[in-house]
Amino acid sequence: MDTGMMEATMQKAPIQYTGKWHPKKFALMLAMGGIIMMFSALTSAYIVRKGAGNWLEFKLPAIFLYNTLVLIMSSVTAHLAYGAFKKEDLLRYRWMTALTFVLGLLFLALQVVGWQQLKAIGVPLDGNPSGSFIYVISGTHAAHILGGLGALFLGLRAAFGPANFSASRKLSIQLVNVYWHFVDVLWIYLIIFFILQ
Amino acid sequence: MANTRVYDEDVLIETNGFEDHFHEHHHGDKYQTSFLTHYIFSQDHKIIARQFLITGMFWGLVGAMMSVIFRLQLGFPEESMAWIKPLLGKWITVNEEGFGTLAPEFYYALVTMHGTILVFFVLTAGLSGTFSNLLIPFQVGARDMASPLLNMFSYWFFFLAGVVMFFSLFLSTGPFAGGWTAYPPLSVLPQASSGSGAGMTLWTLSLVLFVVSVLLGGINYVTTVLNMRTKGMSMWRMPLTIWAFFITAILGILSFPVLAAGFFLLMCDRTLGTSFYISEIFVGGQALENVGGSPILYQHLFWFLGHPEVYIIILPAMGLVSEVLSVHARKPIFGYKAMVFSMLAIGFLSFIVWAHHMFMSGVNPFLSNFFVVFTLIIAVPSAVKVFNWITTLYKGNIRFNSASLFAIGFVSMFISGGLTGIFLGNSTLDIQLHDTYFVVAHFHIVMGVAAFFGMFAGVYHWFPRMFGRFMNETMGRVHFWGTLIGAYAVFWPMHYLGMAGVPRRYYSFDNFDTFAHFDGMNKFITIAAMVVFALQVLFVVNFFYSIFKGRVQKTKNPWGATTLEWTAPIDAPHGNWPGKIPAVHRWPYDYGKDGEDFIPQIVPLAEGEKDQGH
Ligand code: HEM
Ligand SMILES: [Cu+2]
Repeated sequence: MDTGMMEATMQKAPIQYTGKWHPKKFALMLAMGGIIMMFSALTSAYIVRKGAGNWLEFKLPAIFLYNTLVLIMSSVTAHLAYGAFKKEDLLRYRWMTALTFVLGLLFLALQVVGWQQLKAIGVPLDGNPSGSFIYVISGTHAAHILGGLGALFLGLRAAFGPANFSASRKLSIQLVNVYWHFVDVLWIYLIIFFILQ
Repeated sequence: MANTRVYDEDVLIETNGFEDHFHEHHHGDKYQTSFLTHYIFSQDHKIIARQFLITGMFWGLVGAMMSVIFRLQLGFPEESMAWIKPLLGKWITVNEEGFGTLAPEFYYALVTMHGTILVFFVLTAGLSGTFSNLLIPFQVGARDMASPLLNMFSYWFFFLAGVVMFFSLFLSTGPFAGGWTAYPPLSVLPQASSGSGAGMTLWTLSLVLFVVSVLLGGINYVTTVLNMRTKGMSMWRMPLTIWAFFITAILGILSFPVLAAGFFLLMCDRTLGTSFYISEIFVGGQALENVGGSPILYQHLFWFLGHPEVYIIILPAMGLVSEVLSVHARKPIFGYKAMVFSMLAIGFLSFIVWAHHMFMSGVNPFLSNFFVVFTLIIAVPSAVKVFNWITTLYKGNIRFNSASLFAIGFVSMFISGGLTGIFLGNSTLDIQLHDTYFVVAHFHIVMGVAAFFGMFAGVYHWFPRMFGRFMNETMGRVHFWGTLIGAYAVFWPMHYLGMAGVPRRYYSFDNFDTFAHFDGMNKFITIAAMVVFALQVLFVVNFFYSIFKGRVQKTKNPWGATTLEWTAPIDAPHGNWPGKIPAVHRWPYDYGKDGEDFIPQIVPLAEGEKDQGH
């Protein structure tokens, strides 16, 4: 193990902790709690507004559904990357990390295509709120994906750097993966919500 | 057992403390290398606390000054305002006779900025930012926050939010003027009023930065409380301050994202042409294209934050007051667990009462009933707390000083303002009282003044912990008595105005003969407000004077308190304790136990002694 690295992390966080969780993981949980509240607010607003009538009905372009599969796949590869990391299987760890990143990008690109299709079928952003909500909610979700991609990118850089299987690297991967699975599940919730509504 | 125990704190920490090998890494602490990283971009919770406090005081003065100006308009509309033209510039128009008039748009801007600044910058950031930062690591026995870096960012996001808001004050079109609640359509349509354009854009930007600050801080506070407590510090051994900050932070994490979502839709309406909040509106005789939006939607999203927000403001004050009262009454806090459970209950209930702000906005009356019931239920845990504070004082050996006086004053204010809440919570009474000065009186007493009193109690009490000196006691008492009497003089008469139906947020009542006889009362209120403002200036003078010239703190634990912050050296280094972290053996309220004045938390239980906290 890289002792210099250990030293550095200990200097940064020379603090004891008493809980079961690593404080950083715990903090991430709390942040996710906040994000859940934000999306519950948006989807509740959707329901409240829909209940008030004057609501344009339309069918969601199928691409949003296919795109869900892309995101689920990226979650799977993220998990596989973590497994490979634990087994110190460098090659697999690298490629799975890269694949996760690419699938994430693909998801974003396909969301953009989805928005264009929405517009093409006569549901513009600034039309009836029933359409605006789809744009705004999926757009807010995309912003969270973008944040995840930023973190994944840092992970990617580390993976393709000098081999590093330290405990602190492991923690970083865990943190990024938890968040990535989270935005994945969040999207599944949103898509089910849109379909049921 | 009745004999007084003999102990030496440093020896206790050395023998029982928790060894985390901190000092081995402590040499050449990188945080203390230069002025810039030590005082400005510091990651030390003690410095960050002081940054929050001093920034909050700056905003407090700005916000209070605004209220004095709009009170002058309300109390003395017939007097010329030409003399403040140097400060307000084009917002004062002076006619040929030299008579200066305040521009109505700017009156609204002042009211709006006053509310925004006081609620968010002073009583949220300045209060819970200051004391959560100062006390959480100290009182749970941690070296610092879970993430000192995010903690630093929390302050700088707040700072940035302030810069943006401050900048908006100088826009040629003026800052936002649609009320601190920023209801649409005034907040959505740039053409609705002069402040609705650039002013509103900066207002939203500032508050989004502020939400980031609150979330970074809150996540840190909760993580620190749950994960970084020292050996022996079980949850039921935490001081009530920590419980209060902890619950406050959870409320913030759950409610501010909802506000962010509301703002997000608002921004879409403003910039992308969506219609979430507006529908079929005419501005200046012109019909807008937007259809299908609902302004009520915004009100739901806003008040879902807004109501928890008022408890985000008052809970930290409650925590500070509980601690200060117990220390200076030399008695354990009465009903420690009841205090915790009532705070939890208040926190929970605060999420299901938001529509009591909307009884008059056309929500379904059946729905209102639901909210009436839950709103009135909040009075129960609130009453439990009041009962416990009073019982803590009862037969106490009270040391009257600025800190304890303000804590007692808090209880008085909280009772007065809480009672009027019960009036407002009845949706039928609210038909008459909504949007009148009765509401203004209610929330200023129960939230504004009470939270300030809690904050003052905290500042006077923990000033030595922050600066190693004491604040001047004489000035402190003048500050207390003057503010207590003055604040009641300002807000008590407003109940009468409100019951008579005088609406809030009006620039002038010249055209209402019904309200003409309130002229004298309005003058009285304005004079009282100016006196109270002067007293707050006295407080600021005392504060800065005492930082440099105050009486020097000679002993570590000047108040004879039990909690851990008083076991650290007077000029505690980054990391708080130079050696081991103190371990905790008992709850924090062992005052007057077994004939001893007080027993610090670090003193082990004697043989056969039971800990009260469990
Ligand atoms: C017994 C407890 C309380 C009850 C039943 C209660 C009830 C109410 C009601 C019904 C209103 C709306 C009045 C209207 O607009 O017509 C209101 C306004 C308000 N309350 Fe309370 N309240 C209570 C305690 C508190 C506390 C503890 C705080 C803050 C610490 C607080 C802060 C406010 C604020 C800021 C407003 C006005 C907001 C605005 O319109 O600008 N209240 N209260
Ligand atoms: Cu409320």
